[in-house]
Amino acid sequence: MTFDKEYYNLGRLDRLSYKNTFVHRLDPRAKLIATLLFLFTVISFSKYEVVALIPFFLFPVLFMTIGDIPFLFILKKVLIVSPFAIFIGIFNPLLDTGHVLVLSGLTISAGWFSFFSILLKFALTISAALLLIATTPFPSVCHAFRRLGMPSLFVSQLLFLYRYIFVLVEEAMRIVRARDMRSFGASGTGIKVFVRIIGILFLRTIERAERIYYAMLSRGFQGDIPTFKRSHITAIDLVFVASTILFLFVFRFFSVTQGVGRIAQELFR
Amino acid sequence: MHMADALLSPAVGTTLWAGTLAAMGYASKKMKEKFDDKIIPLMGVLGAFIFAAQMINFTIPGTGSSGHLGGGMILAIMLGPYAAFLVMASVLTVQALFFADGGLLALGCNIWNLGIYPCFLVYPLIYKPLVGDSRSPRRILVASLVSVVAALQLGAFSVVVETLWSGKSELPFGTFVLLMQPIHLAIGIVEGFVTAGVINYVRNARPEILESITASRPLGAEISVRKVIITFVVLVVVTGGALSWFASTHPDGLEWSIEKVTGKSELPTQEHGIAPVLKSIQEKTAFLPDYNFGPASTEEKKKEESASWPGIEAGTSVAGIVGSAIVLGMVMLIGLVIRSFRRRHT
Repeated sequence: MTFDKEYYNLGRLDRLSYKNTFVHRLDPRAKLIATLLFLFTVISFSKYEVVALIPFFLFPVLFMTIGDIPFLFILKKVLIVSPFAIFIGIFNPLLDTGHVLVLSGLTISAGWFSFFSILLKFALTISAALLLIATTPFPSVCHAFRRLGMPSLFVSQLLFLYRYIFVLVEEAMRIVRARDMRSFGASGTGIKVFVRIIGILFLRTIERAERIYYAMLSRGFQGDIPTFKRSHITAIDLVFVASTILFLFVFRFFSVTQGVGRIAQELFR
Repeated sequence: MHMADALLSPAVGTTLWAGTLAAMGYASKKMKEKFDDKIIPLMGVLGAFIFAAQMINFTIPGTGSSGHLGGGMILAIMLGPYAAFLVMASVLTVQALFFADGGLLALGCNIWNLGIYPCFLVYPLIYKPLVGDSRSPRRILVASLVSVVAALQLGAFSVVVETLWSGKSELPFGTFVLLMQPIHLAIGIVEGFVTAGVINYVRNARPEILESITASRPLGAEISVRKVIITFVVLVVVTGGALSWFASTHPDGLEWSIEKVTGKSELPTQEHGIAPVLKSIQEKTAFLPDYNFGPASTEEKKKEESASWPGIEAGTSVAGIVGSAIVLGMVMLIGLVIRSFRRRHT
């Protein structure tokens, strides 16, 4: 059943983020900034760029291997969300039909290049964002957001949301199980029952919010959620960000792939 | 449907992030003005509720396919626009991070498309006037249907415009609109029924709950249309300014001219001189105008000023292919080495 699986995936990402590796120990702010710069660099390439994007896979690969994140897990998540980008991109080869010589005798339409470019960018950006969250506990990401200037109300909203996703999803799971036990085939899974389920879930949510609020009041809540763990930027973090910038700069402005190809051609001539 | 990083250009991504951040700052400022800290846990838990509700799917009658809830309108109706916008933004952030829906740079677009429209445009301008003070279920049904459909149409249209501005897709404007709008009309109708159903259900089952939320929510009732419009004008001016700044720093003009095309085709009122304008734009936007330029290898110059073809000399592309294979191999090798190294040490 897909519901259980989705829930399991959410929890798995959370558990992965509490490992203790070099990547996990980096300051969340440093990782956030590095990831954003990476995303920005990747999407700044022109629409026909394929070759120059390939070196950028180094970044997710390093995150994945040093951070000890299972490759197949990330791959599966990337594939699950890929249909939209593929759907939009697949029109490029059909519509952009100008022919381009690739090898002597082999020509393909220019649209294929922009399609592959979209696919590569998609894989790079999605995996980078997933790896950020797989190597950083979500509360730390939230505090990084706050330190980087997001409104504090929004940040506490995120923290709350994350804290109660698991609770409410379990609640929803119980309701859905009950529905599925009582419905055979398609009967009972229609819109009417769905509306009532959502209604019930909403009422339970409101009641829960009330209980939470009183519990928080009795523990001295004053409208803000303070940070528990202080994080400090260390020299390692600075080195990390600096080397990321250097690496992005080199791969962005020098055609590394072409160069490697040329050297290889010279060698094997 | 979520916008994706891969279809986005930096200019469009940053511009919409700027607009979204401004709206977030504005919403939190507004919330703080009449602050009741009871709303913090309520908002948080309702965000989680939207999440849980989105994971439950139902069968759409007659089609056999299944749908799920978007939730922006329900939140706006229950919590008022400011709180609802912040909740929606947080839901989309968590979705972008955990389910990789869209991506981090596209998150600005997604919050804009799915948060700003229902909360700041449709709710005050369509839902409130339609429902008024009435509590009749039928009125709520009509209002929710119209609002959800309107919000989703606006959102879908924005996805089209954002994609075209970014210039990564070849889809012509008309085709893309025809693909997106009808799908979202169908989704909107289903979701409109669900939204109305949930609101009426809650109102019947526990009317006092809705009343108490209404009482504790800040400014929900007295939001003025004028203010909303002014805010929008400011947002549009700011984002437009940012966009043109970015566009002029990109002398390649590709993004800029596409933006002009879509800008023009949105305003069909200009009867005079539309044909020559369109023609000149078409000349400008003909992809790869210098398509069959000579075999000059331009890899030195193909930094960001030339968004055109990176040289089609056969030697260059061979080097490209060989280089790609080698670089990919090296990246994989690095990964494998680190991984086996780690395995040995743990």
